[in-house]
Amino acid sequence: MSSAPQSTQTQPRSALRATAVVALVLLVLPLVAQWLGPAWVRTLAFAALYVMLALGLNIVVGFAGLLDLGYIAFYAVGAYTFALLASPHLTENFPRIAQAFPGGLHVPIWASIPLGAAIAAGFGVLLGAPVLKLRGDYLAIVTLGFGDIIRIFLNNLNEPINLTNGPQGITLIDPVRIGQLRFDHAVSVLGGQLTSLQLYYYLFTALALICILVCVRLQDSRIGRAWMAIREDEIAAKAMGINVRNIKLLAFGLGATFGGVSGSMFAAFQGFVSPESFSLMESVIVLSMIVLGGLGHIPGVILGAVMLSVFPEFLRHTVGPLQMQLFGRIVIDTEVLRMLLYGVALVIIMLYRPKGLWPAPQHGIAPPAEPASAVQPQADA
Amino acid sequence: MAREPVLNVHGLSKRFGGLQALQEVRICIERQQIYGLIGPNGAGKTTFFNVLTGLVRPDSGTFELNGHTYEPTSVHRVAAAGIARTFQNIRLFPDMTALENVMVGRHVRTHCGALASVLRTRAVRTEEEQIRRRSRELLEYVGIGRLGHLQARTLSYGDQRRLEIARALATDPKLLALDEPAAGMNATEKLDLRRLLERIRSDGITLLLIEHDVKLVMGLCDQVTVLDEGRIIKEGSPAQVQHDPVVIEAYLGRANAPK
Repeated sequence: MSSAPQSTQTQPRSALRATAVVALVLLVLPLVAQWLGPAWVRTLAFAALYVMLALGLNIVVGFAGLLDLGYIAFYAVGAYTFALLASPHLTENFPRIAQAFPGGLHVPIWASIPLGAAIAAGFGVLLGAPVLKLRGDYLAIVTLGFGDIIRIFLNNLNEPINLTNGPQGITLIDPVRIGQLRFDHAVSVLGGQLTSLQLYYYLFTALALICILVCVRLQDSRIGRAWMAIREDEIAAKAMGINVRNIKLLAFGLGATFGGVSGSMFAAFQGFVSPESFSLMESVIVLSMIVLGGLGHIPGVILGAVMLSVFPEFLRHTVGPLQMQLFGRIVIDTEVLRMLLYGVALVIIMLYRPKGLWPAPQHGIAPPAEPASAVQPQADA
Repeated sequence: MAREPVLNVHGLSKRFGGLQALQEVRICIERQQIYGLIGPNGAGKTTFFNVLTGLVRPDSGTFELNGHTYEPTSVHRVAAAGIARTFQNIRLFPDMTALENVMVGRHVRTHCGALASVLRTRAVRTEEEQIRRRSRELLEYVGIGRLGHLQARTLSYGDQRRLEIARALATDPKLLALDEPAAGMNATEKLDLRRLLERIRSDGITLLLIEHDVKLVMGLCDQVTVLDEGRIIKEGSPAQVQHDPVVIEAYLGRANAPK
């Protein structure tokens, strides 16, 4: 920070080069993955979705220090909002709506994504308001309950009015459509072909990049500092004139917004949503991503999200065939094995790297006599 | 010295269940004074402090800051009104750097919101620049300018006290309230602290001091109020207070207590 004036002369060049490399990798990755098999492209697209989710949860847990165990509820709210706005479900069940939209309800993504985000944010504030005075364990229990309440509502709101179609879920959700570009068909670009999965990958990656930008800028702002202050010491933060209520609600609302956006993308991508996808386990997995990667440190959170979303696919492709070869049948189901390995990995991380694989750089280890510029480059890396 | 009151409190009472923690306490602090609030343990000093800064709601009392009445109903509003405080047991943001700690103090005097921060508008960039510059100045001012990049938790005890004062000053207070700032300090640190506080006063800020260290209070304060069992038992200049038999009795007990 203090070295900013010096480093601006040397940094742009290397920063530009690094950006170019990352951009190139992100662009080429789905092409390589396609060659390995379309399932890998799908995995990459999901990784981008999880990056968004993890970044959203990181605002609440990592920045503001509010332990939220029901985060997946906002993902669900986003997904169902999108599903209802772009599927035949509402027109089939409500004659009034069918009359109003004779051609079927097909809200374009320009409206449905922001709406999904806004409704999720509304739910975020709804959850945040009653838990403002709770901390730590107590907060975790309430948010845990909230997450399950949403899921149970989705499961049971097929009566008396069929809003969510209960456990069957909502099907026939429109794919993403941007102008003439339909994401459910392959398109030819520059003589080559891009599959539907690859298109989704690019869209999700673009959205994830926007989320990263938002997080980076917020972290390094007056708002981000206020979040960290309430995380560190709420009373001292109040004494500094921070309106703790508003700043907490902002964290809940913004975190939920990220969840809502990725949820609506999930609905479009799958073409189908059901309450099953939003179990407590999903909340736990997203939380594991940010804890494993490095709570509160954006690059760590991204690393955690990518690792934990690619890892099960990797297992599926290696452990299954391996067992078939060795025993002639599947002895341990990959899903079970995945959970087992998650557990082991988290225990190991907590033992040896309690701050995550890629934690925020530690300030203040260097002796005070050292000039600031000697310490800073590390901090910026 | 100008005789205008910065803080004027009247008829402040607070009861915790059966305990009358404060009874009809009044205090008037004039501009650029260093005002001491002393008393034996359990006298109600910290309660007074907590009421003043909005942590505890009073049962009754009127509060005026710079001639405007304010209601100490919430802590952040009190800070916005212009009272900054430090804590008896230091309360920094331990994992943030010293500079960031002070930058948090600027929060209440700056305005950029979340959306502007995401868009990084020109207003945000100028404001950030100002926050950073002012915070550096304040670190310099309290004498820890070199330590800005260090995590607050890694600073020495005395430096943490200084940092807490810098952070409080960052809110541009009219009144700086210090809760036992010399607690746990050695003689050299106390001397440094005394110089710092005198300098803050000479720069136009009024100070309220709760302190156990009678020597520091007597040497530093312009005016002293002595609390005992929630009541004011004496107020006046340090010299007047020091030799008052009631005060001595409150602190030491009576020499020949008649049975």
